[in-house]
Amino acid sequence: MATTTAPITAAAHAPAESVGSLWGWITTVDHKRIGALYGVTAFIFFLIGGLEATLMRIQLARPENTFVSPDVFNQLFTMHGTTMIFLAIMPLSASFFNFLIPLMIGARDVAFPRLNAFSYWVFLCGAVFLNLSFFLGGAPDTGWFGYSNLTSSQYSPGHGVDFWAVGLQILGIASLAAGFNFIITIVNMRAPGMKLMRMPVFVWMTLVTSFLIIFAFPVITVALVFLLFDRFTGTNFFAPAMGADPVLWQHLFWLFGHPEVYILILPAMGIVSEVLPTFSRKPLFGYPVVVYSGIFIGFMGWGVWSHHMFSVGLGPIADSFFALTTMLIAIPTGVKIFNWIGTMWGGRLELKTAMLFAIGFISMFIMGGLSGFMHASPPADLQQTDTYFVVAHIHYVLFGGSMLGIFSGLYYWFPKMTGRLMNEGLGKLHFWLTIISMNVTFFPMHFVGLLGMPRRVYTYAPHMGFDTMNLISTVGVFGIAISLLVFIWNFLSSTRSGAVAGPNPWGGATLEWAIASPPPAHNFGTIPTVHGLDPLWAKDGADIARTASLVRGHIHMPPNSVWPAVSALGMSMLLSGMVFGWWVGIPGLVFMLVGFYSWAFEPCH
Amino acid sequence: MTVRKLDSTLVLRLIAGLLIAGALALCGCALKDYPQSTLHPHSDYAESIQRLLETLVFWVVVIFVLVEGVLIWTVVRFRSRPGAPEPKPVHGNTTLEVAWTIAPALILAFVAVPTVLTIFKTQGRPPDGAMPVRVVGHQWWWEFQYPEYNITTASELHVPVGRPVAVSLETADVIHSFWFPAVGGKRDVVPSRVNHMWFTAGSLGEFPGQCAELCGISHANMRAKLIVSKPEDFQAWVAAQQSPPVEPDSTSLAGKGKQVFLEVGCVACHTIQGISPGIIGPNLTHFGSRGSIAGATYLNNDDNLGKWLANPQARKPGATMLNLGLNPDQIAALVAYLQSLK
Repeated sequence: MATTTAPITAAAHAPAESVGSLWGWITTVDHKRIGALYGVTAFIFFLIGGLEATLMRIQLARPENTFVSPDVFNQLFTMHGTTMIFLAIMPLSASFFNFLIPLMIGARDVAFPRLNAFSYWVFLCGAVFLNLSFFLGGAPDTGWFGYSNLTSSQYSPGHGVDFWAVGLQILGIASLAAGFNFIITIVNMRAPGMKLMRMPVFVWMTLVTSFLIIFAFPVITVALVFLLFDRFTGTNFFAPAMGADPVLWQHLFWLFGHPEVYILILPAMGIVSEVLPTFSRKPLFGYPVVVYSGIFIGFMGWGVWSHHMFSVGLGPIADSFFALTTMLIAIPTGVKIFNWIGTMWGGRLELKTAMLFAIGFISMFIMGGLSGFMHASPPADLQQTDTYFVVAHIHYVLFGGSMLGIFSGLYYWFPKMTGRLMNEGLGKLHFWLTIISMNVTFFPMHFVGLLGMPRRVYTYAPHMGFDTMNLISTVGVFGIAISLLVFIWNFLSSTRSGAVAGPNPWGGATLEWAIASPPPAHNFGTIPTVHGLDPLWAKDGADIARTASLVRGHIHMPPNSVWPAVSALGMSMLLSGMVFGWWVGIPGLVFMLVGFYSWAFEPCH
Repeated sequence: MTVRKLDSTLVLRLIAGLLIAGALALCGCALKDYPQSTLHPHSDYAESIQRLLETLVFWVVVIFVLVEGVLIWTVVRFRSRPGAPEPKPVHGNTTLEVAWTIAPALILAFVAVPTVLTIFKTQGRPPDGAMPVRVVGHQWWWEFQYPEYNITTASELHVPVGRPVAVSLETADVIHSFWFPAVGGKRDVVPSRVNHMWFTAGSLGEFPGQCAELCGISHANMRAKLIVSKPEDFQAWVAAQQSPPVEPDSTSLAGKGKQVFLEVGCVACHTIQGISPGIIGPNLTHFGSRGSIAGATYLNNDDNLGKWLANPQARKPGATMLNLGLNPDQIAALVAYLQSLK
């Protein structure tokens, strides 16, 4: 049947007009290039969120400082939280989903490549829209959680909250589209023989995360619709004067918000579960237990939301219930950590940068988990909540956890993405600078919080004993900034002149390591057949590696399309018209309809 | 049995106390320097939280040391060395999985039981004879009402030592959170709800607190002071607060100040008993007896008060008190009048 067996290179197969040009990037539907777009965009927003944090830390370096005004300070912490969660960590995870999922399951792309491009462009539009608020009358300033009734027109008359609510709606569309796309891709497009329980853990965690996204985002969508109705049309979903209970917002927000925490951390857990076995030269210890723990965490994430609300006064029975469910989550989380240590136990650990970040992830995540365990206990939480203790906790989870996991993945898959290795010396410098400075920044926050410093205050009095620890935290932030400069330098220079990696520089076990680095547009010339976990470490691993690149006959790949980007821009303009007015909304509607229509009838050859 | 129980509690408390103190000592600071500390309980309620926290800290530190220790040991012991053998491809171990699922579950029980007990203990009904206090949060100051004594004051909560205080919590605008760490945990004030908490202050002294829920631009300036005094001193304070406001000599500066107070519009928002009915701002009937102003952000002295009256927003961003454009003479007179209201 098939006669051609010569491997074909990436350049030869990609659409000729697209490679390298701006138009090529705008119209791409290749999951790898979309992954790159997600990654670079999200990293830029990570730097913006970091800049916001730095400005706050300068303000708090000493008591009664006047570096930024209280108004700007409130905008900074609101946008820092919103940016890091929705514009940095989630899309950085999405970047890994995009690049890796088809490669890991032995597919040529995601199920809906154009929908995938649409997700990215909606995300970009939403992110830009949200940040435009800084230049158009002030950014949102009511916290990333936007508690009602502070967000009502009465108490927040400016447009900041509108930008926030509409921006999150736009971003939610991107997340939902991506969530569905990855579920369908993972369920339907696995290589022959790759049963569910043969999927790499990262694929599993992507699947769980995607389910969390498609169930959690509708909840905040509804809450935001209520809020927007209240603000734009004078309804009373959250208006206490009309008998509404603003605590409704808190329930809706945290019913979304807690699964969101797992949306942020599960992908990093997946990454670490791939990195540890490779550099331990040993399969993952307790694969099914790690998978089931992840699923269990995903389920339990729905039953703990009120632990964000212990101070609301829901009563002793509700407090006890949510305390117990929250503590239960410690069990699967602990089990995961034990299995990761079990993976390393008896291995031959190669302490490459990716491995160091993975170990750093475990070590820092233990701290974040344990401080979380402390405020799972409501009486203790009533002293700790809304203080810097909780700020310390979330940064050990999201920086020490999610971000270290993401850096681990970046060093691990960089050779697959670019075909080159990152510089190990600079990488290790980056790692040690990161670990030291994040602890200098965040560790003192535990104590300044226990000593009574609330969160979200732009100033504090000099005689409160907060001075020294705040100054230490501020110094630490500059350490993090330096570590990021080292990383950026390493990334840019290695992209150009790193050592050539080859298909499998680390001796990885999963399918992406069977093909060229970077992979050709069609990924696999021959879709491999999988007979168990860790296919490249199996007996037929060498066969898979040899045949995966062989092209037998014509491979049909979807052509580039501009319509996802047009539809995304149109939809975002339509929604942003709620803030800007009809002169943006109506053209947006036209763009969107033209985009969808052309998309639907676009020939796919 | 009681003795043994006491002993184990004592050991636990000692260990936890040492850990906390040790960590603080690392920062090179002494404990008395932290007036708003959550780690220095001065009431039965705060004491209960502290006991629970010590249990938590004990387990957290034990787990932390064990797991991080094993992690570091594993990394050092199994790091790649020349001539190290190829690892055995172990896929798992059911016994281990069961063991390390049950172990954390057991530790959870050690924490969950005291947690639930403490929840029900601290959230129960206040004891009979507790002094009711109605707290109302405003952007950005706290109002304290004593229904038993018919007193309304602001920013400074006076309570007698040893008598339970039953606090009911409401808000005039957005959500705030009532928090004096020395006497217990936070409780939000939520529109359309009335929340409750109670505590019995155990030590004399002044303890700072502040709003703990983001409530707008001056959230950081929504502070308050808890003043715990001997019962007889508290009764004296009550008697003074119940007395009618001081009537200044009409020719004195304070007397002129009263005229200014009546003329420039202060009356629309502020109550001075028998003189003005406003209820938007703090009750000023005994303003001169307070140690602090503007949501306990500034000490109450002539200089601070004058600056406040001249431009409230400059002293507290977003302050809802109007800038009435007072001239220096009016301000001086008003300061004299307000300070005379002891």
